[in-house]
Amino acid sequence: MVVTKKVVLRFPKRLVERPIIYRLVKDYDLEFNILKASITPEQEGLLVLELKGDQKEYDKGINFLVKGGVKIESLSQDVTRNEERCTSCGACITICPAGAFELEPETRLVIFNNEKCIACGLCIPACPPRAMEVHF
Amino acid sequence: MAKTIEEINRKIKEGKAVVFTAEEIIDVARKKGVKKAAQEVDVVTTGTFGIMCSSAAYFNIGHTTPKMKLGGGRTYLNDVPAYTGVAAVDLILGANALPDDDPRNRIHPGEFNYGGGHVIEELVAGKDIRMEATAYGTDCYPRRKLESWINIRDINQATLFNIRNAYQNYNVAVNLSDKTIYTYMGVLKPKLGNANYSSAGQLSPLFNDPYYKTIGIGTRIFLGGGIGYVAWQGTQHNPHVERTEKGIPKGGSGTLATIGDMKQMSPRWLVGTSVLGYGCSLTVGIGVPIPILSEEILEYTTVTDADIPAPVVDYSDAYPQAKPDVLGHVSYAELKSGKIKLKGKDVPTASLSSYPRAVEIAGILKDWIKSGRFSLTEPVELLPGVNSDITVRNFKERPIEY
Repeated sequence: MVVTKKVVLRFPKRLVERPIIYRLVKDYDLEFNILKASITPEQEGLLVLELKGDQKEYDKGINFLVKGGVKIESLSQDVTRNEERCTSCGACITICPAGAFELEPETRLVIFNNEKCIACGLCIPACPPRAMEVHF
Repeated sequence: MAKTIEEINRKIKEGKAVVFTAEEIIDVARKKGVKKAAQEVDVVTTGTFGIMCSSAAYFNIGHTTPKMKLGGGRTYLNDVPAYTGVAAVDLILGANALPDDDPRNRIHPGEFNYGGGHVIEELVAGKDIRMEATAYGTDCYPRRKLESWINIRDINQATLFNIRNAYQNYNVAVNLSDKTIYTYMGVLKPKLGNANYSSAGQLSPLFNDPYYKTIGIGTRIFLGGGIGYVAWQGTQHNPHVERTEKGIPKGGSGTLATIGDMKQMSPRWLVGTSVLGYGCSLTVGIGVPIPILSEEILEYTTVTDADIPAPVVDYSDAYPQAKPDVLGHVSYAELKSGKIKLKGKDVPTASLSSYPRAVEIAGILKDWIKSGRFSLTEPVELLPGVNSDITVRNFKERPIEY
């Protein structure tokens, strides 16, 4: 079974200069798409990836990362919507580069598709009632 | 078939009034025909829920012991400055007010996380607000300093008084420049990256009574979750904007000044709002009932999104430089489709006012009327219409020479 998942990887200093993503491709045949990266030599690195591949190979790949000392978080939990504050105005819709917000045509309620979110955070200050929250 | 407001009120009292929302009436009139619908329907309810600057509140906090004259001194509510220059214990708080230490746009775009609109929301939510005041002291008002929690339930009056709400039509904002701009119409991406609009369209109060034939001073309305009134024409009220055949103004035109008791209101319908790079404001829920006094009035309420054109304006140049240029008109039906065509490009659209909440307001007002809780009022005077000599112009600048 093929799976596609978005993950946040945090690298300790000692791993920053090692070709970890290369191993994911070569050894586990995973496709990757870098959504966000912040890597500074001699400091902790942060990488937001979309990984696609066979479920078994994906699990093995993640295992390899964990063993190597990379901290992994699932991305979809990072940005959430405070349903009490959201008024369904729609200001977020054209702001989101990943198309994570869409209008339900009948009711014109704004739907937040957590799975599409790439946690870029652009929606957070752009939301007039400040309904979008980021949790790290 | 002309009906009177008195007759409609009698039916409301008996629980027999026939009421539809401005969305429902479109189909009702289509099925029954305008004539029959006008005979059967008594009231059409409208609704809008959008960011409305020019919203404010005034309070009378009651006298302290010893007494203190806030007027001429400084008063802060949760660090947001209130206007004291009216009297001893009366205060006015505007939706745009910002704490003195808010960084504003020093790091552009400023976030504007908390301001006057947020204080208004927290007050109606029943939260305690921190008040800090200093004054100069007089023989009759000797006290000079006050730090206290205040709560809406303890103060004498808390009145929402919005001097311009419910704009009849508004601009569609776009950005023709090559950098992102941060406006009161939201974040506008470069080179026609998006188009933002702000109106409930066919549900919006003044589109359903385009010539102000029923709405005027004293019209009872839904305001912020409670009962309010139209106090006056709103500031910048301009009936003389070019109109379509059906009387719909093709740009910003009529406005309402509204007033109501905040003690009845709810934070669901008054929401403190932060506009990135622009400032703080208040999102306000308003619903106005339209009495169906004639066929003509019913016909106005059948307006649809397709009938309402909005002007597209460039907020990178034309708007800030006060140029009259309009890139064209698009209908709210087109805007609500999710994209509009501008200069041969598909431009994605987004709304700053909430249509689902507008639907909810029109529905609540309908229920209030049907259950006899809300009756209609005869306006003392209608809003200035197309025959009035009211004019709206830009600032006339006369430099002071030394």
